[in-house]
Amino acid sequence: MSLLKYESQLREPLVDGNKDYHQVTEDIIRPIEMKPSRLWYIGFYISVALLLFGVYSVYREVTYGIGQWNVNKTIGWGWDITNFVWWVGIGHAGTLISAILLLFRQGWRTGVNRAAEAMTIFAVMCAGQFPIWHMGRVWMAFFVLPYPNSRGPLWVNFNSPLLWDVFAISTYFTVSLLFWYSGLLPDLATVRDRAKTKFRKMFYGVASFGWSGSTKHWQRHESLSLVLAGLSTPLVLSVHTIVSFDFATSIVPGWHTTIFPPYFVAGAIFSGFAMVQTLMIVVRKVLNLQDYITIGHIEAMNKVIVLTGSIVGCAYLTELFIAWYGQNPYEWYAFKENRANLFSPYGWSYWLMMFCNVVSPQLFWSRKLRRNITVTFFMSIIVNIGMWFERFVIIVTSVYRDYLPSSWSTYYSPSIWEIGFYLGTFGLFFTCFFLFAKYFPVIAVAEIKAILKTSGENYKVKMTDIEKADAEKFYIEEVAHPHH
Amino acid sequence: MAGGIKKFVVGSFDDEKVLFPAVKNVRKAGYKIHDVYTPFPVHGLDHAMGIRETSLHTAGFIYAITGTTTALTFMSWVFTKDWPLNIGGKPNFALPAWIPITFELTVLFSAVGMVLTFCYLCNLAPFVKKHHFHPRATDDLFVMAIECTDKTNDAEVQAFLQSAGAQEINVQVAETGWWIGRYHKEQKLYKEEKGY
Repeated sequence: MSLLKYESQLREPLVDGNKDYHQVTEDIIRPIEMKPSRLWYIGFYISVALLLFGVYSVYREVTYGIGQWNVNKTIGWGWDITNFVWWVGIGHAGTLISAILLLFRQGWRTGVNRAAEAMTIFAVMCAGQFPIWHMGRVWMAFFVLPYPNSRGPLWVNFNSPLLWDVFAISTYFTVSLLFWYSGLLPDLATVRDRAKTKFRKMFYGVASFGWSGSTKHWQRHESLSLVLAGLSTPLVLSVHTIVSFDFATSIVPGWHTTIFPPYFVAGAIFSGFAMVQTLMIVVRKVLNLQDYITIGHIEAMNKVIVLTGSIVGCAYLTELFIAWYGQNPYEWYAFKENRANLFSPYGWSYWLMMFCNVVSPQLFWSRKLRRNITVTFFMSIIVNIGMWFERFVIIVTSVYRDYLPSSWSTYYSPSIWEIGFYLGTFGLFFTCFFLFAKYFPVIAVAEIKAILKTSGENYKVKMTDIEKADAEKFYIEEVAHPHH
Repeated sequence: MAGGIKKFVVGSFDDEKVLFPAVKNVRKAGYKIHDVYTPFPVHGLDHAMGIRETSLHTAGFIYAITGTTTALTFMSWVFTKDWPLNIGGKPNFALPAWIPITFELTVLFSAVGMVLTFCYLCNLAPFVKKHHFHPRATDDLFVMAIECTDKTNDAEVQAFLQSAGAQEINVQVAETGWWIGRYHKEQKLYKEEKGY
């Protein structure tokens, strides 16, 4: 779905190669109709193996209790909540691409929005595991829901940020799923109408809900997408804001800061885009979609990475400055001794975070590096390591030394089952992603068709022709009376 | 749920530039366009066909305020009437603390309500089947279906579509509604054929 009516000829084409509508369908849907490659099977089995390891780790935790993890009385949240915040953050890029960039009328979103939205849904599914299993007595998980019960009825605490989280994450998951699936309907109908085998006809027939492509239906579909984008935009900002409230509304030194909401949202988008890059660079190569996810797309996302990375860097320095300027000895101790002191137990994690999130993305000020796929791929992984450590630093370095030195924690390192749980969510994420890439169109076919004639390479006037043309004639034709 | 069997003259176009004047001419000639099926949203086609604006967004707004009201009234009732709790000595009616949940429910109600309304209005659901006039309407063709009445001369309509630039033209007898179940190759309902 494109809201673009006119696009400057100066812009790079968003779809490369000599394409017509049918060719777009062929390119994107053919991988679904072919047998998966060996690489797909290898990747899929590794993911399933990781998932099974995760299931076993969780089984141990449920059977023997939280004691299977190395979290203790001082560091209660440890890896578990670090992973939760990290996965939720990753989800944010998908919504940013599908919703915020739709409102900003960025045509390049069409190449990556479908896969990024899928990433959002799978990432939120992974994120949700952590608070649920962290409850320990997980069979009581339904206690977080406000329903009339036999305990009074004793209601949940609507004033608690942890309950806000329940509402935020579940709403975020539901709305993302609806947005993603309503966008998928027309493309699933395309797969259905090309289907040759009986099974595929039935499967995509059911999945596409009987979509016909009627003009009235498209009109409603456009209206629906626009409003869902309008709803998702504040929603995505609210989700990480609320996650940051889990920390910011407490009075723990290092957490009790008002900068958290914008700082968390920027960090979420930063890490999310890095994950989109990791996935897209592999997907475009394996499924041969370089014409749709071009170097231009990768560059655009790298620009978002350098912007949000710099916002995050700015936030790190601001909170450091305020910790000193605020003259609260506990706050300043948390920053000076627990974090910035390289020789304190966790000082290394603070500086690793600084390096990965603030220093390394600055490479992307260079156009040449922004357009380099190898550099982008490595950078995307560095950024995600950095953003994991950001959450680790926030959680562990704030709580391991509290007000009472006798309760100071010994060095915390995770147990194998804590690590296993984290690896298991990777398994869940990639199992879902591999299935998605095999059975669903990874690029929004209808949306690409809608921008093809404004942004396709063979429909755009070539830059060299513009440079050769008479300036006055160009002005009349392209600027004063655009013929689109 | 059957909409009734009707006869259609169907023409497919391969370019939206040809489609737009064709829609205009067909309407001017007084034929009734049943629908135009397109592989992607063609901007302005709804206006060219004389379809009124959708009010789905208004429905979305109504669902949204329903969500806001539900959240606020429920939390107020729980914390001030049903089971007032002393939480850190704060007031029972803690409006600022309820903003996050109120916002989330506003978004949730609006999104879920709108998607369900959308599916209801467009007759979209798993297992629902409809007559598809051309399999390439979801690929690269713009398919126009003109409804025939008793007085319509289909040969004339076919000739008219040809002159308007349509590529493939044929006459189809089709069910206009949706149904659940099977249909055979000629897209006729089993029910109709067997007489029950």
